[in-house]
Amino acid sequence: MNKILKYVILDIVRNKIVLSYIAFLFIITFGVFNLEDNQSKGLLSTLNLVLFIVPLVSIIFSTVYIYNSSEFIELLLSQPLKRKTIWLSLFYGLSISLIIAFVIGTGIPILIFFPDFTGIMMIIVGVFLSLIFVSISLLAAVYTRDKAKGIGIAILLWLYFALVFDGIILFLTFQLADYPIEKLIMAISSLNPIDLSRIAVLLRLDDSALMGYTGAVFKEFLGSVTGIVISATILILWFLVPLYFSLRKFKNKDL
Amino acid sequence: MISITDLSKKYGKLKVLDNINLEFVKGDSIALIGPNGSGKTTLIKCILGMVIPQKGNIIFDKKNIVNSWKYRSNIGYMPQIGRYPDNMTIGHVINMMKDIRKSETKEFDQELIQQYKLETMFDKRMSTLSGGTRQKVSASLAFLFNSEVLILDEPTAGLDPVSSEILKNKIIKERNKGKLILITSHILSELDEIINKVIYLQDGKLKFNKSIDEIKNHTGEGKLSKAIANLILNNNFDE
Repeated sequence: MNKILKYVILDIVRNKIVLSYIAFLFIITFGVFNLEDNQSKGLLSTLNLVLFIVPLVSIIFSTVYIYNSSEFIELLLSQPLKRKTIWLSLFYGLSISLIIAFVIGTGIPILIFFPDFTGIMMIIVGVFLSLIFVSISLLAAVYTRDKAKGIGIAILLWLYFALVFDGIILFLTFQLADYPIEKLIMAISSLNPIDLSRIAVLLRLDDSALMGYTGAVFKEFLGSVTGIVISATILILWFLVPLYFSLRKFKNKDL
Repeated sequence: MISITDLSKKYGKLKVLDNINLEFVKGDSIALIGPNGSGKTTLIKCILGMVIPQKGNIIFDKKNIVNSWKYRSNIGYMPQIGRYPDNMTIGHVINMMKDIRKSETKEFDQELIQQYKLETMFDKRMSTLSGGTRQKVSASLAFLFNSEVLILDEPTAGLDPVSSEILKNKIIKERNKGKLILITSHILSELDEIINKVIYLQDGKLKFNKSIDEIKNHTGEGKLSKAIANLILNNNFDE
């Protein structure tokens, strides 16, 4: 495992994209914190950036990386290595690189400007989002042979989680405003890791009412401790389940 | 050493391998021949565990290869089209493979690397290599681990005459050490001095599996290429 992981990480580091990702996150986060005089507002803007950019970069970069590694995977498969080892090494390699990039790029500025529990919470959320979207991208890439189609699916999945889903929630709440549907909305929201992450951080801030409808609904229901435990469990499931299914498919794939 | 029973593989509706039964023993050097698309590469990939058959068993050294991976430490494989990560250099690739398999290999066999003078090109990126140079890298990797079984998928396609002669001599040398060698090729004249058995596949079916002497006696031809052409044209596989 370690050997393959080493070569995957070396390969990703040699790829300049992760370095530019770090620089991009760092400049943007620093910029946002310097622009806003109110630190809490700065954190909110950063939160929105994190919820948008981290899933996008994680899912697209990982999908493209898996397709570009098809030669590498083929080469390794004819060697005495377990398929599970190869696939998990790819997952760990991608996750570790993207998480380190996020922690350097966004984590350091947050810790400088916001060294409290809310700041740490945001870093944790970013780490989870990286893991989840790497895992989803592996699932998309293992099920589609065609590269263009696979990348298309990855982009659509991101669009769905980042934009379309909120639209559906908003639509539901407006259409069914006369009924007591808050619990239903809460259940539906946990189907989206981005929404869930947003809520988890918003519950720590007082501005939750400003941040879209789902957030406000959640605040009523979840006290801080139970809320965090439930959100964390669901987030963990969000990366374990796609990873499990992608591994199962990869084990039986013809190459 | 390798025994294959009732092996079948379908891609969708297309039957690529249809009930193949074969037995390879140590010391055999076998030519796997057949027209394009007859299932040669798929058969090889099944043995390597890269393609997973729907039906049938492959036993390697008395162990079923399903969900197994350790047996591959006994195999040196040269693919038909060697595909390598573009941003790695020849040196990276070779050193990585050595690193992966160093625990099971007592001594690396670097003869081909030396004969092909690959060291002088160690810092060339894989993406810049010509097809022939890639073949040389593939060949060097297949022989690097002193494996007991060598599986070579069209080894000499794309190599210049000098390089392909080097490879042929290397194959003969390893055969003489008693290794099991499995080669697919279309150039029959080339196989003449290497192999002692011929397996002919057509449309995923095993048409014949005979030793060279049998074939030559049966057809009365002295040359392998003519003998096999004779067999295929007359379609008399069974007697």
